[in-house]
Amino acid sequence: MSVYHQARSRSIQLLLLVVFLIILLQLFYLQVIDSRYRQLAMDNAVYAKVIYPERGIIYDRKGRAILNNTIAYDLLVTPAEVKGIDTLELCRLLEMDTADFRKRLMEAIVKNTSVRPSVFRGLLPKELQARFEENAWKFPGFNLVERPLRSYPYNAAAHILGYVREVDAKDIERSKNFYRQGDYIGKTGLESFYEKVLMGQRGVQYMIKDNKNRLVGHYENGDFDTASAAGRSLHTYIDIELQQLAEKLMSNKVGGLVALDPSTGGILSMVSGPNYNPSDLTGSGGSNNYSNMVLDVTGPMLNRAIAGRYEPGSTFKPLGGLVALGEGVITSNYGYPCGGRYTACGHGKPACTHAGGGHAANLRLAIANSCNSYFSHIYRLTVDQPKYGGVKNGYLRWKAYMSAFGLGVKLGVDLPGETAGNIPDTSVYNKENANRWTSCTNLTLGIGQDKMLTTPLQMANAMAIICNRGYYYTPHLVEKIEGASDQDSALVNPYRRKHNVLTGIPDTAYRSVIEGMSDVVKVGTALVAQIPGIEVCAKTGTAENYTILDGNRIKLPNNSMFVCFAPKENPKIALAVFVQNAGFGATWAGPIARIMIEKYLNDTLSVKSKSDSARIAAANLMPAYFKRLQRKEDSIRAQEWFKLTRDSFYLKRTTRLHPSAPGFPSPYTPPLKKSFYRETGWIGESRKKTGREANLFV
Amino acid sequence: MRTQQGTISKGLDWTLFWVLAALALIGMLAIFAATYKEGDPLIASWIGFNTDYSKQFYFFVFSLMIGFVVLLADSKFFAATSNLGYALGILFLFLVFPFHSRIKGTESIIRIGSFNFQPAEFVKLFVALALAKYLSLPELDFRQTRAQLRAAALVLFPALLCILQSETGLALVYTSLFLVMYREGLPASIPTMVMAVVILVVTSILVPPNLLAILLTVLLLIALYMLRRTFKRQRGLFTKIILIWLLAVAIQRFAVPFLFKNVLQKHQVERIYNLFGKDNPYRQVSDSIRPAVDLKKKETGTSYNVRQSKIAIGSGRFLGKGLLRATQTRYDFVPEQRTDFIFCTVGEGFGFVGSALLLGLYLFLLLRIVTIAERQRSTFSRAYAYGVLAVIFFHVVVNIGMTIGLMPVIGIPLPWISYGGTSLITFSLMIFILMRLDADRQMVLR
Repeated sequence: MSVYHQARSRSIQLLLLVVFLIILLQLFYLQVIDSRYRQLAMDNAVYAKVIYPERGIIYDRKGRAILNNTIAYDLLVTPAEVKGIDTLELCRLLEMDTADFRKRLMEAIVKNTSVRPSVFRGLLPKELQARFEENAWKFPGFNLVERPLRSYPYNAAAHILGYVREVDAKDIERSKNFYRQGDYIGKTGLESFYEKVLMGQRGVQYMIKDNKNRLVGHYENGDFDTASAAGRSLHTYIDIELQQLAEKLMSNKVGGLVALDPSTGGILSMVSGPNYNPSDLTGSGGSNNYSNMVLDVTGPMLNRAIAGRYEPGSTFKPLGGLVALGEGVITSNYGYPCGGRYTACGHGKPACTHAGGGHAANLRLAIANSCNSYFSHIYRLTVDQPKYGGVKNGYLRWKAYMSAFGLGVKLGVDLPGETAGNIPDTSVYNKENANRWTSCTNLTLGIGQDKMLTTPLQMANAMAIICNRGYYYTPHLVEKIEGASDQDSALVNPYRRKHNVLTGIPDTAYRSVIEGMSDVVKVGTALVAQIPGIEVCAKTGTAENYTILDGNRIKLPNNSMFVCFAPKENPKIALAVFVQNAGFGATWAGPIARIMIEKYLNDTLSVKSKSDSARIAAANLMPAYFKRLQRKEDSIRAQEWFKLTRDSFYLKRTTRLHPSAPGFPSPYTPPLKKSFYRETGWIGESRKKTGREANLFV
Repeated sequence: MRTQQGTISKGLDWTLFWVLAALALIGMLAIFAATYKEGDPLIASWIGFNTDYSKQFYFFVFSLMIGFVVLLADSKFFAATSNLGYALGILFLFLVFPFHSRIKGTESIIRIGSFNFQPAEFVKLFVALALAKYLSLPELDFRQTRAQLRAAALVLFPALLCILQSETGLALVYTSLFLVMYREGLPASIPTMVMAVVILVVTSILVPPNLLAILLTVLLLIALYMLRRTFKRQRGLFTKIILIWLLAVAIQRFAVPFLFKNVLQKHQVERIYNLFGKDNPYRQVSDSIRPAVDLKKKETGTSYNVRQSKIAIGSGRFLGKGLLRATQTRYDFVPEQRTDFIFCTVGEGFGFVGSALLLGLYLFLLLRIVTIAERQRSTFSRAYAYGVLAVIFFHVVVNIGMTIGLMPVIGIPLPWISYGGTSLITFSLMIFILMRLDADRQMVLR
């Protein structure tokens, strides 16, 4: 029989070969042709752990850290490792009840499984952290992890420094996926503008994870890891004591203040009112405070020093004089016979506070007496020059001067969110006046009115131009970047460039403008700005303003404005102070400016200034109409919330969507956020009287 | 070499031994790669008998010792005791029922002290011997259906016992012994028919029932048309073809659903459908929870195993990641990776080149066994050799096929590579006995 079926050994051999060939082909397909599996394996087993660098520190001009890093602690729990602990004691230590404990533990398990650590309680307050740390050995499965936080040692300069928050979807998209979920990014202020400098370089550690997502070691011995590099620090021009003083003076006021060093363009102090404490946005209450502030109609988040648009009024006059001088339409001896109002345009406007007596016999006198007729007239002289052939071209020429002074354009300060103010284009006047207009149409541009809008920063910069006699450096906060890279230098290089404006006009012309401003303090409207031993040059301004509330145009108290520089010779500081709805320029803005100058130049305050500063700081000048506005906003929100919840209950009843399904409306939308104004209590009225929105919920 | 080795080694085929040793070594390395944790003391854990790879090492040493005894023995001994061995094996299989301990859902393991052993693993050796013995009986005429049925019963009886122990995989191994019978004269029509039925079952999984019925009818009509001349000469052929068609439709419409609904277990049906990438239509899931079940299936279940195993092997690419750099197998992504899914470690660590070399080694071994089988004078030795070949072949193909998604998941070990003492010793013993028989190939054993 042995030879009988010998041929079958051949077919068996063939079977072996065929089957092995099939396996080999499948292996070849899996391992060589199909490349998906490598990525799948990486996704499976390698976890890129991001090492966050410390963000850079920001220093003031004297090297004091005004924005620093501190460490907070998150309490993590790995539920599977929690065994045999004294739950009651833990709850006592953490000041929570056992029901809350169980809830948090369940949440952790649901969110992150029981073998992976998840946050049990974020941002542990200091005393709880210390208490837990002492007893940590009793609680296996719980551990503290460091979490770097931004800290503000002086609790000041919120608008300058800005804040960091977790990136949102837009940030990630904008950065082309450079940022990842959970990263922090500077959202405003220096934190945002110098994000690339401050953030440092993220490090990545490739870790191997096992089938339960636990990290078990370094991938390839860390050969692919990149080290993290701490963010670079910024040295600013800010004088933090001056800043604190300014914030104190501007508290409970709406407006903006900018103090510059004219020789460098460095910003010594910048305040926007209402202000907030930057520390409020960090730590455990951070997000709560954030949403409160966002909903506050007074806009505590808005930096009015660079984004507030104010009619400059009389504070513009020195610049108007300079333009006329530069164009050669007047000399510093030019006089205008003002009889109390400007009559050349036929309607007798604008009126002037002085009448006769040669109060505008030359430029110096005109500035000292703030003669409206004089500056309206020289505006007209400038734009109506025959050599430009018509008011439109003349106006364009004038507008070019404004741009050179930094009005109507963004100056380019190193903060995000700057506005350009407004110097209208000819097209605006063409449209409004059917293409036919004369210099009389926008006559009041000459005295900083009409459609002219400026920011406090622009006006401070204008002062710098005057006291520098025709040049300026773009105002900026950062003096230098520690260990700057080439890219960093590109960021600060624009601030090293000298902008020459009107250097062609003779020194005597500047002298008469400066003397005029000096006279304002000596004998004119700004007597409050006098400082013994320091010659201050200033110009006050008062602008009318209106708002529309409940459909009615109502007149608000005037804006109080003050621009100045000091000392007259070799000036060290240029200032612009705008206080909204506060009255005359010399009433509030003037004293604020004086106290600032005194503080900066003398480093101490006189007795008078001390008492003044206490009085000003205590004064509450928040316009009353905000209260009404806030109530309206809150009511609208409450109504919306009411509708939303009603709708969602309706949905729940009529659809089969399970409440946990995506797309199911959340039954809880926070109703009313605590408002800023209610807390500060600068309205006399008590909360109970405005109970309408409360009624909605009864 | 043979002459220098003295009397024991005279006539021994050392090639087999070296291949066996190479495979066992690869196995130990693979288990080491799959289970070694960073920081374990290397030497201590290899010698200490506390890690899987050191255990495997000692199992191998032990199998060498048994092998030495086997090589010293007389060839006649194996032929003489094969019936006794068969009876002993069956006894062991029966012993499982009262004494088994439940481990990982199987009921086939007997535990003695700290050792577990699985009789079903080594009984196949006795069955191969007994089948060889039966086929070599001088008075046997294997052309008779009665003899064929007896041989089949001899093989299928232990398989039945395995099924009763919920070890379908091991039971299927016994069916591989039909290869021996084929070599010894089982009519070719029987494997052809089996193949036809298998193909029919697979197509009825893949093709919707109504479409398949139509296809079968079309095939029938084509056959009738092509054979229209032949019918005149062969009267019975027409009825035969009609009957085959009826049988095929019956299998496809009734037998397959019956098999999946009532005979096979749920997880087995699931595995078969997973293999073909289809949803199991026999799973009874109410519509309301179906999404949840599908989600769970994605995360766990056999499709998870196969998916992870394919990821591991596929990520090895052409040259592999290196012995201890295989992330998938080292960090427990592949379940059962030291036993049934050990091939993943090779595939991930050594890539296509390593996998192909291992396959080549197996193929070389199997072809070598064919050569050895064909040079035997006695039917007993030849039939035994084919038995060894069939068992190893089945294990290798099904195990590797399962890890790369060519076969349904059947839990059988990869010879010499998978962790497990019983399996290692059994396979080694099979080869050693073959070597002994081969050394005496001029002898006629009865």
